[in-house]
Amino acid sequence: MYAEWPLLSLVIWTPIFGGVLVLFAGDKDPSGARKIALVVSILTLLLTLPLYTLFNTDTYLMQFVERHDWIPAFNIEYYVGIDGISMPLILLTSFTTVIVIISAWEVIKYRASQYLAAFLFMEGFMIGTFSALDAVLFYIFFEAMLIPMFLVIGVWGGANRIYATLKFFLYTFIGSVLMLVALIYMYTKSGSFAIFDFHYLRLSMTEQVLIFLAFLVAFAVKVPMWPVHTWLPDAHVEAPTGGSVILAAIMLKIGGYGFLRFSLPITPDASSELDWLIITMSLTAVVYIGFVALVQRDMKKLIAYSSIAHMGFVTLGFFVVFRIVNSGHGEQGAALALEGGMVQMVSHGFISGALFLCVGVLYDRMHSRQIADYGGVANTMPVFAAFMVFFAMANAGLPGTSGFVGEFMVILASFKASFWIAFLAALTLILGAAYTLWMVKRVIYGEVANSNVAALRDINRREFLFLAILALAVLALGLWPGPLVDVMHPTIDNLLNHIANPKI
Amino acid sequence: MTAEFIQPDLVPALPEMVMLAMTCLVLVVDLFLPQNKRGFTLLLAVATLALTIAAVMLVAPVTSVSSFGGTFVLDQLAVVLKIATCAVTILVFVYSRDYLVDNDIYQGEYYVLGLFATLGMMIMISAHSFLLVYLGLELLSLSLYAMIAFKRNSLSASEAAMKYFVLGAMASGLLLYGISIFYGITGTLDINEVSASVSEQMSLHPVALGFALTFIVVGLSFKLGAVPFHMWLPDIYQGSPTSVTLFIGTAPKIAGFAMAIRLLVDGLGDLQFDWSQMLTVLALASMAIGNVIAIAQTNFKRMLAYSTISHVGFILLGILAATANGYASAMFYTITYSITASVAFGVLLVLNRKGFEAENISDLSGLNDSNPWYAALLAIAMFSMAGVPPTVGFYAKLSVLQAVVQVDMIWLAVVAVLFSVIGLFYYLRVVKVMYFDQPLPEQTTSIKEALDVKVLLGANSLSLILLGVFPSGLMAYCILAFSQITGS
Repeated sequence: MYAEWPLLSLVIWTPIFGGVLVLFAGDKDPSGARKIALVVSILTLLLTLPLYTLFNTDTYLMQFVERHDWIPAFNIEYYVGIDGISMPLILLTSFTTVIVIISAWEVIKYRASQYLAAFLFMEGFMIGTFSALDAVLFYIFFEAMLIPMFLVIGVWGGANRIYATLKFFLYTFIGSVLMLVALIYMYTKSGSFAIFDFHYLRLSMTEQVLIFLAFLVAFAVKVPMWPVHTWLPDAHVEAPTGGSVILAAIMLKIGGYGFLRFSLPITPDASSELDWLIITMSLTAVVYIGFVALVQRDMKKLIAYSSIAHMGFVTLGFFVVFRIVNSGHGEQGAALALEGGMVQMVSHGFISGALFLCVGVLYDRMHSRQIADYGGVANTMPVFAAFMVFFAMANAGLPGTSGFVGEFMVILASFKASFWIAFLAALTLILGAAYTLWMVKRVIYGEVANSNVAALRDINRREFLFLAILALAVLALGLWPGPLVDVMHPTIDNLLNHIANPKI
Repeated sequence: MTAEFIQPDLVPALPEMVMLAMTCLVLVVDLFLPQNKRGFTLLLAVATLALTIAAVMLVAPVTSVSSFGGTFVLDQLAVVLKIATCAVTILVFVYSRDYLVDNDIYQGEYYVLGLFATLGMMIMISAHSFLLVYLGLELLSLSLYAMIAFKRNSLSASEAAMKYFVLGAMASGLLLYGISIFYGITGTLDINEVSASVSEQMSLHPVALGFALTFIVVGLSFKLGAVPFHMWLPDIYQGSPTSVTLFIGTAPKIAGFAMAIRLLVDGLGDLQFDWSQMLTVLALASMAIGNVIAIAQTNFKRMLAYSTISHVGFILLGILAATANGYASAMFYTITYSITASVAFGVLLVLNRKGFEAENISDLSGLNDSNPWYAALLAIAMFSMAGVPPTVGFYAKLSVLQAVVQVDMIWLAVVAVLFSVIGLFYYLRVVKVMYFDQPLPEQTTSIKEALDVKVLLGANSLSLILLGVFPSGLMAYCILAFSQITGS
């Protein structure tokens, strides 16, 4: 019976309409709004589960497809469907939203219903982005999610929130408008906005390069890649905990997803021609941003920079494939690189989300994010310290955690392309360990630094709950990444076949 | 040759006749009403507009119908634009009531003048002769001059009225001068006949035609408010009573669009190459100046004036593409822009209280705390103006952009989107002020709740999202309106 339901539409629209409901519940009784929000988010999570259980791993074709006319004048359709690269990200989204709503439970007191509604709206828009197969639909979801995030950072953020949120919105918007022009251009060529029609569109090299650059600006800002990453530390530092988690865990992934869905298949020749650009940008992110992270004094800023460095692995994995194929190592290595990038995205979603939640737990008690204000937290919060150290280890890429799997796959694949690429990428193992563990050392270990730390209470059951769930997810993915990789295998193979054929 | 009087077919002009008769009725009835029964005038005025809409629907033809010797035409374009004009005017009338009461200018003349202005717009929309276009325009302008000066004891309003009158008269003169040159060359004022003979005259009188076209375009740009003929717009928007700003900022844009289509496309289609180039410069300048200067504004009405200028640039983009697709997109843009602007000015009107004129952006501080409902409505309008999905503003921009890209002017599309990013900044600033700033002490009082305004404004604002999600209905009408034009 499940199979006949318009499951994807349900998953997209349940949180959006739920958000409206929460908005109307109002702030007179915040606990009512909280309960509705939690029920809606859990319901959405349950609805996304069949997407995994009923997923057919033998085909690269789109599944759960729904296709209806929407705006016939321009041949725009309501066209959604998922494959191996979008399905894991949708699950990640619905999972993270539940966590965020639990984490906001007692913490957000000011206009709680608006806060929760914003996250439900975002959930719907993000799932929509991952499942849209029509370019206009994609763009609408892609842009629409900016509005709630803009408000979340601006209303509930820190001291410098207005600067941060305006920067966030303007950066992302300027990146995406050029993509819009590229999409319209391809529409005038192909007569439809369906993304698959774009995949099979013949484009000359000049066209491909321009379109590729338009996409690059849009997705590089979103990922974010060096040198357009500067909005991210600002946004992360000022955002409330939930905003940071969604930003790091999901929104950044939309950039990576965009590369796989648009850049690689639509402009394979330009991607191959300009892969040096992306590889350089990615390695700069990994190495240079790693050093930048080392000197941060603010915990959130440090994690933000570490996110940029980790996302550098994702883009590296996606664009190193051309060199692997050219060097004669064939499909196997290329698939490893792409899958490594994907695993890294999912894993980073768990780890960065967890780390931001850890900082949030500390911030709620001390109202400070400065590393210097802490020290010896392990003495007063032993349970919390265990979680934080675990997530820090995962962030540093400890084998057995999910952080290791993605990085290892990408480094392994990079060796087949070039020793030096792999060498530079592998520096992260040192840098990542350095900045993460040094932070842990200063915050968690040592003598109790001051009276505020001495007065800390350990985490309560609610906080334990979401940290424990995330810890389990990180472990599970680290020990047994098989299910995730199997799901995306056919899609990745098909993508590799597709980009191997020149389109000129 | 004896001129025979032919009884014109009056049916296509039925809506105008209904409106004229009803307006006269409103004028007379209002004389006998005491001040506390003024609400009846409003009711009657709204009924007039509703009846006019009904009449338009009643006589709506399947194809184009012309009457009065070809000077008056009723086609799909006219039907849609007339309905939109009347509907927007209804919104204007309802929103302004409380403002008028608070400012002691709650008089029947406001509605009578508004109705005459609307009649002028309807005539502009249906005019198929240069002379009739001009007559409609003058009826509109004269009514507006009086409406602006309506608040007699306000210095700024009187100044705005004078400015508008002087500059408006000059622009009308320029337009008329252009028309007269065309008349000199072609010997006719009828748009169809002008259109037919322009192509013959192109080789004979290229310079004179160029001159005439330039004057027409200048007159048009002035009325639309395109850079560099925009100087009047910010002053008028700021100086006028807000209720009149609301009116000027919405319905006349639709009529201005109709005028551009009638004159340039229907009449001077053969000179398309020339006016496309002129419009390109005007559109670029409008988007640049409008968006950049709006950033520096602290007065909300003035900011919206510059924002209007930038939107006019976008509308011109659609027209200069010179395809049926482009015209339809520009039409969609114009109509939806009017709806969006009526929300923005409408919320501003609601915020006014006796003795307190909400004018500056800072007057909106913390609106989300005192009135979350109106803050949300205005935020939707701002996002729509900025073109952020899922609001209708995005779809309007998308359709104009694709029209431009379709005629291979990709660079123009790129410039347009970059300027719209600049535009985004000042719209976001309004949202920022409403949501992130603390309310000023004098603004904590809640807004008086007039239920009809609240409901209508809410519906108006939510329609921006509804139209953004389901634009195909309105778009289909816009495309139908230009289905005769195959494009060049």
